[in-house]
Amino acid sequence: MMTLYDQLPVLVVVLPLFLAPLVATLPSRGKLPWLVATITTALTFAISISLVTQVLETGSLTYLLGNWPIPFGIGLYIGPFSAMMALIISGASLAGLIVSASAMDNEVPAEHQSLLYSCWLLAMSGLIGIVITGDAFNVFVFMEISSLASYVMVANGPTRQGLTASFKYLVTGTMGATFYLIGVGYLYMMTGTLNMADMAVRLEDVSDTLPVIVAGGFLILGLAMKAALFPMHAWMPNAYQFAPSAVAVFFAACSTKVALYVMLRFQFQILTPNLGNHLELLNALIMTLSVIGFIAGSLIAIFSDNLKRLLGYSSVAQLGYIVLAISLGTSAGISAAIIHTFNHAIMKAALFAAVAAMVLRFGSSKIEDLAGVGKQMPLTMLGFALAGLSLIGVPLTAGFISKWYLIQAVLESGTLGILLTLLILTSSLMAVIYIWKVIEIAYFQPARQELPPGRREAPAPVLIVLWALVLANFWFGIDPELVLSLARSEAVNLMGVGK
Amino acid sequence: MMTFFGFFTLTMVAVVAVATVVSSNLFVASMWFGIFSLLMASNFFILDAADVALTEAAVGAGVSTVLFMGALSLTADKESIRQGRRLLPIVVVAVVGLVLLIATLEQPRLGDPLAPVHQHVAPWYIEKTPEYINIPNIVTAILASFRGYDTMGEVLVIFTAGIGVLSVLSFKPKKRASISSEELGQAIRGLQHHAVLRVVGKLLIPVLLLFGLLVQFHGKYSPGGGFSAGALFAAAIMLYGILEGADRSAKAMPQKVMINLAALGCTIYTGVGVACMLLGHHFLDYNALWTDPQIAQYYGILMVEFGVGLTVTAVLIMIFNAIANRATY
Amino acid sequence: MNLLGLYNYWIYIFLLVVGLYAVFVKGNYVKRMIGLGIFQSAVFLLFISMDKVEGGTGPIFRGVPTEGQLFANPLPQVLILTAIVVGIAVTSLGLAIAIRIREEYGSVEEADTRRMDDQS
Repeated sequence: MMTLYDQLPVLVVVLPLFLAPLVATLPSRGKLPWLVATITTALTFAISISLVTQVLETGSLTYLLGNWPIPFGIGLYIGPFSAMMALIISGASLAGLIVSASAMDNEVPAEHQSLLYSCWLLAMSGLIGIVITGDAFNVFVFMEISSLASYVMVANGPTRQGLTASFKYLVTGTMGATFYLIGVGYLYMMTGTLNMADMAVRLEDVSDTLPVIVAGGFLILGLAMKAALFPMHAWMPNAYQFAPSAVAVFFAACSTKVALYVMLRFQFQILTPNLGNHLELLNALIMTLSVIGFIAGSLIAIFSDNLKRLLGYSSVAQLGYIVLAISLGTSAGISAAIIHTFNHAIMKAALFAAVAAMVLRFGSSKIEDLAGVGKQMPLTMLGFALAGLSLIGVPLTAGFISKWYLIQAVLESGTLGILLTLLILTSSLMAVIYIWKVIEIAYFQPARQELPPGRREAPAPVLIVLWALVLANFWFGIDPELVLSLARSEAVNLMGVGK
Repeated sequence: MMTFFGFFTLTMVAVVAVATVVSSNLFVASMWFGIFSLLMASNFFILDAADVALTEAAVGAGVSTVLFMGALSLTADKESIRQGRRLLPIVVVAVVGLVLLIATLEQPRLGDPLAPVHQHVAPWYIEKTPEYINIPNIVTAILASFRGYDTMGEVLVIFTAGIGVLSVLSFKPKKRASISSEELGQAIRGLQHHAVLRVVGKLLIPVLLLFGLLVQFHGKYSPGGGFSAGALFAAAIMLYGILEGADRSAKAMPQKVMINLAALGCTIYTGVGVACMLLGHHFLDYNALWTDPQIAQYYGILMVEFGVGLTVTAVLIMIFNAIANRATY
Repeated sequence: MNLLGLYNYWIYIFLLVVGLYAVFVKGNYVKRMIGLGIFQSAVFLLFISMDKVEGGTGPIFRGVPTEGQLFANPLPQVLILTAIVVGIAVTSLGLAIAIRIREEYGSVEEADTRRMDDQS
């Protein structure tokens, strides 16, 4: 007999998945769809907290679906990074939903909201499903659930550009997923199994053969498209800019990171031991692309005149840091990647929450239209500024911890490490420039639009979420122990398999 | 003989694919695409994949072509040929093709019984299905029981697409509708003059529905199952809509009812899993449902496939009605 | 590898290349969906090619299984059944978005929509 406690690994995905279709049938008037979605997400968040504590004790969790033995059935595998990702996903979703309590009605008409919230739950469960599974094809299925739901959410954006952004996202996302499928196909062809742990074992017999190398290439290519790695990043700033603002809070924090999670697992568990000499070539290629990504992303952010677009390109840059850490191929690199995944999520969620409030009050996300927002919405802008400090990497913030560990990991590579450190510092300087640009216009320029009194500061739900996230940034900047122990634990797991 | 068919269908598939991409008249292109799907289905059949062939024929050649036609009538007839820079895409695509070609050098031989694909997992399924599940169609056994979690994901994918289409197409178009729904119905019922089409079409509808029922419930013993059955039911309703007017098919199968049916299908699937959990077993462990494991598996698969068929039918009909009735929104 | 098997793989690679080319080069949104469909079908062919066993029949038991009877591999078929449904899901959503784009922009050519987006 299994207890509720034992069922938690599967409940974290089944709970939202079970309730999502029901939300779609609810009548759209009133807040009922939002309420059901938020309660479900809060419960999922609670379950993921429990999973993190379980994983910190026992190292990893497994669960057999249908009670069939792996590799014949599908098995769930929850390691330290998986539990952390589940926490990030459900947390970001909860943050976005609370923000949408006030910020959604002005962008999406009420009659469409029941379908939108149903898609929200589907996207969340799809993303969680990807990080807790141990089966390569299962990743594809849940990847498509979350992707399709995301395309729908972006298409519901307030302007018609949401439609073209969504179409571009759809085409790129489907190509990425299909490349991933080709990679899985070739791996299956050479090993005869779909379970990732089993694949790692059976690949030893066919290590360094052409189909395996080709599989590795297509897998990384497909996942890079989903993770908005340069040069396939074009869909992301558009998608974030034109999606409803509350949705952007959710996406910016986690949707691309899940692709990076899969990349990390495949890279270290399956590809590293089996690509032979081609591994260095692959890593060098990814490293180059990630560097171009964070330099170019930061540069374009400086010249953006739309705040959401600026933050979108900033995300391209930040994801570049994570991919750089993965491409180092070392245990320190894995830790740095995981640490930044977490910290970036709380940073960006805070920034987008502030932007959602500004868009709600000012009706525009163009930076020049937001002049003087510092005086009219002091609490919101202060929250934005503090989260911006974390983005730059000022000490005492979470961003500083990420940069610290990243630079330490990079310096392990000798002279190349010094060059990379200089590049990272350069792009941090560029972050200072674009954050300062926003702060300058917000505080030091006269307002273009006077807000009516009583509708000035951000609504209470948004403020609560924003400041909770800002405080989280400082908390994890001062006491990063939780994140560090999860990261190190995962690095040990992954590198241990590779040896 | 089979070798000849193999070469023939493979070559035809390639030729038709090129024809599809080259045609600038989009209606022609979508017809070619329908033929392409049918030829792919034949290929799958030659490769001993009967379930897949059935589903590809119903979904790819049937439903997909109707949806393309519907979309084309609302967008553009022809694509404009632009003089764009073609060099970079050609290079990229050629590199991809070359890389894959090189990979074929070390691949196992097609059909080789000693290939890694046929060891380890596949023989276990073939051996254990009679013991654990006792239904003849091994593909259904894997789909609905051994890898039932994947199939659940897939039902939710098609559900997401359904509500996605509904969500995207529920916004009023900017231009007022130029014709009312009665007028559209009249225009379509201009098919009255095509007596052969109407008579034969109407005869086909009950046959399609019956065949759909067969495929749904006989899917354990012969190729079939929830997905192909759902596509067949939907195809029957689409045929009705094409012959008698989309306004009538929308009245016969209203969107509100379809959403609820689709959600019901998903809930049945996940509900079976949750029921197994409530009975103290793992999620989707059908052995929880009855004392005799073989009977339990049988009923579990039956219910789960029913959920699949219900959702796929409802969603495809919903999508068809949404697209076909757009002109009168 | 025997010729038919090799030919099978060559055709799958050809289809993949044709589909990808259509997605990259064509400006019409509906045509790109068709290209995406061809691309995905090529991948289905890759998987199904893997299931063939020489001398085997489809994986359905007919009567009592005899000793040494060879069956085709059932697993790729299961995977592709799922993938086909995912394919139609993506196609229908893409077409719905294309219809809306036509209504909002007046055109389904990427060149036109991009021009209108840049102007605004």
